[in-house]
Amino acid sequence: MTAITPRVRGMTKTEKRNQLLGMLFISPWLLGFLLFALFPLVASLYYSMTNYDFIRQPQFIGVTNYTRLFTVDPDFWTVMYNTLYYVGFGVPLGIAVAFLIANLLNSNIQGRTFFRSVIYIPSIVPAVCTAMVWLFILNVQYGVINGVLKTLGVPTIPFLSSPELAKPSLILIYVWAQGTAVVIFLAALQDVPRSLYDAALVDGANAWARFWNVTVPMCTPVLLFNFIMGIISAFQDFTLPFVLTGGGPMKSTEFYVVSLYRNAFVQFSIGKASAMAWILFLIILLFSVLLFRSSARWIYYGGEK
Amino acid sequence: MTSIPQTVSTPAQVVQHPSHRSQVLLGWLTRSATYILLVLLGITWIFPLYWMATSSLKDDPQIYTVPPVLIPDPAFWNNFGDAWTRFDFNLAAFNSVFLYSLPVTFFTLLSSMVVAYGFAKISWRGREPLFWICIATMMLPWQVTMVPLFITFKQFGWINTYWPFVVPSLFGNAYFIFLLRQFFRSIPEELSDAARIDGADEFGILWRIVLPLSKPAIAVVLLFRFLWSWNDYLGPLIYINTEAMQPLALAIYRMRTLALSMGTTSMAYPHLMAVSTLVALPIILIFIFAQRTFIEGISTTGLKG
Repeated sequence: MTAITPRVRGMTKTEKRNQLLGMLFISPWLLGFLLFALFPLVASLYYSMTNYDFIRQPQFIGVTNYTRLFTVDPDFWTVMYNTLYYVGFGVPLGIAVAFLIANLLNSNIQGRTFFRSVIYIPSIVPAVCTAMVWLFILNVQYGVINGVLKTLGVPTIPFLSSPELAKPSLILIYVWAQGTAVVIFLAALQDVPRSLYDAALVDGANAWARFWNVTVPMCTPVLLFNFIMGIISAFQDFTLPFVLTGGGPMKSTEFYVVSLYRNAFVQFSIGKASAMAWILFLIILLFSVLLFRSSARWIYYGGEK
Repeated sequence: MTSIPQTVSTPAQVVQHPSHRSQVLLGWLTRSATYILLVLLGITWIFPLYWMATSSLKDDPQIYTVPPVLIPDPAFWNNFGDAWTRFDFNLAAFNSVFLYSLPVTFFTLLSSMVVAYGFAKISWRGREPLFWICIATMMLPWQVTMVPLFITFKQFGWINTYWPFVVPSLFGNAYFIFLLRQFFRSIPEELSDAARIDGADEFGILWRIVLPLSKPAIAVVLLFRFLWSWNDYLGPLIYINTEAMQPLALAIYRMRTLALSMGTTSMAYPHLMAVSTLVALPIILIFIFAQRTFIEGISTTGLKG
């Protein structure tokens, strides 16, 4: 902690100058941190203990918002279940598919750049645009998939209009947009030393054994990184469920941030929304701590640091 | 499609000296299976975007026909123009580009560079702990602070303006500060010392020495910040409440309501697909021309699209 308090006495002229200059250069960030991160975080904690609707003065009610959410709120556990379902199935599936594709791309093939682009582009196209086209493709009456099913004389599938299928359909789209993970995995795979594969080959390991005994262990850090980052970002998904299903049918896709948005900006239940925000913050904090802890154990920095 | 020079060599042809015919056959089979899988995956991945683009060129009968029409015939190229003018998309594009994406991208780069310089190139007491706090803020989800920030910005009278996006961009972004700092540190200190001897101050060194050498990192910042603001949906949804101020993402959503409410003779779907294609197109084009920057940005810091 002594490092934080500048002991100006005992500094040379250059050191003093550097101390001032350094603090001057980073001051925009420090100010932004206080104004746009720390202050709203604390304010959020305060609002979460009030009854507030943007109009009347906030009334302090202690932890009532939290206890209400956990006990009597009709939607909170539904929303939590939906989100955990989406995160719990979507993230592992997304990681598995992305890792498989990255391995295919990493084999000795022509046109790797082309295939990588095809897989990656869906993840950078505006979510509103992809939501629109999926809305159309998955439409029970006019969608292309059901069009094909009709042609074949097979019953149509209500992808987005049935409460049972809406979540799996959104997970499908989530997996489709995992191009970023594919690119990260591919970069990691290309860093695996060739000598390890050669050694395994000499030992008579077949492709399957090489995959499990060389590729997977060497990629554990990046798999873990993507897994935790995936959980953190999937918890915050908003645009796709909001635009595609609006939380429906029957609240089956009412995910955490969709519900948070609705409570804050549609119902104006600022207290409840802030309590939800803080619960989200704690969940994400937990996973961030896990990420940093595990990074110390798993990640090899390649000499730097 | 531009191709990236592959700096990392492909995994070796592991079967270099096949002693048996069966091994040659096995290698050939594996390669063929890989290609077939990749082509199938590629088609699946690109299909939604293909469907978006081709549906833009159809008329209503072609949209609603069973079996689905794979190649529009005849193609209605004027759909793009008609869809664009059906709502005032020129205005939305102006808002997206000049009020949101460009200023936010420019200011984020400027502020993040100054802060990153303070963290990378000047040594002063307290630098490391503050940098760790900066990194930690990357984990703070925007959704957690959105309610108190909304209340604050509302008091400033910033509702229905782009100030809630532009002003925070003046204070740097933790992701880009981190990325630029890592890059700045790789620039030899001797260059800065030489400039100091020639009488340059720190801003002069940043501007004349560090900036010209940091073009790859700067490109990553520009690219991703532009992408994020172009694609942003939740932010404008909260702050923008008149049609005249809407960015493209919200204008498309307005058209969705139309598509779902109007009949099968309203050209709703072709027009919805046409504007989605037009809004996605700049991102796809930027990717094609700056592919390398994208891939480097993701592989080095795990930036998400």
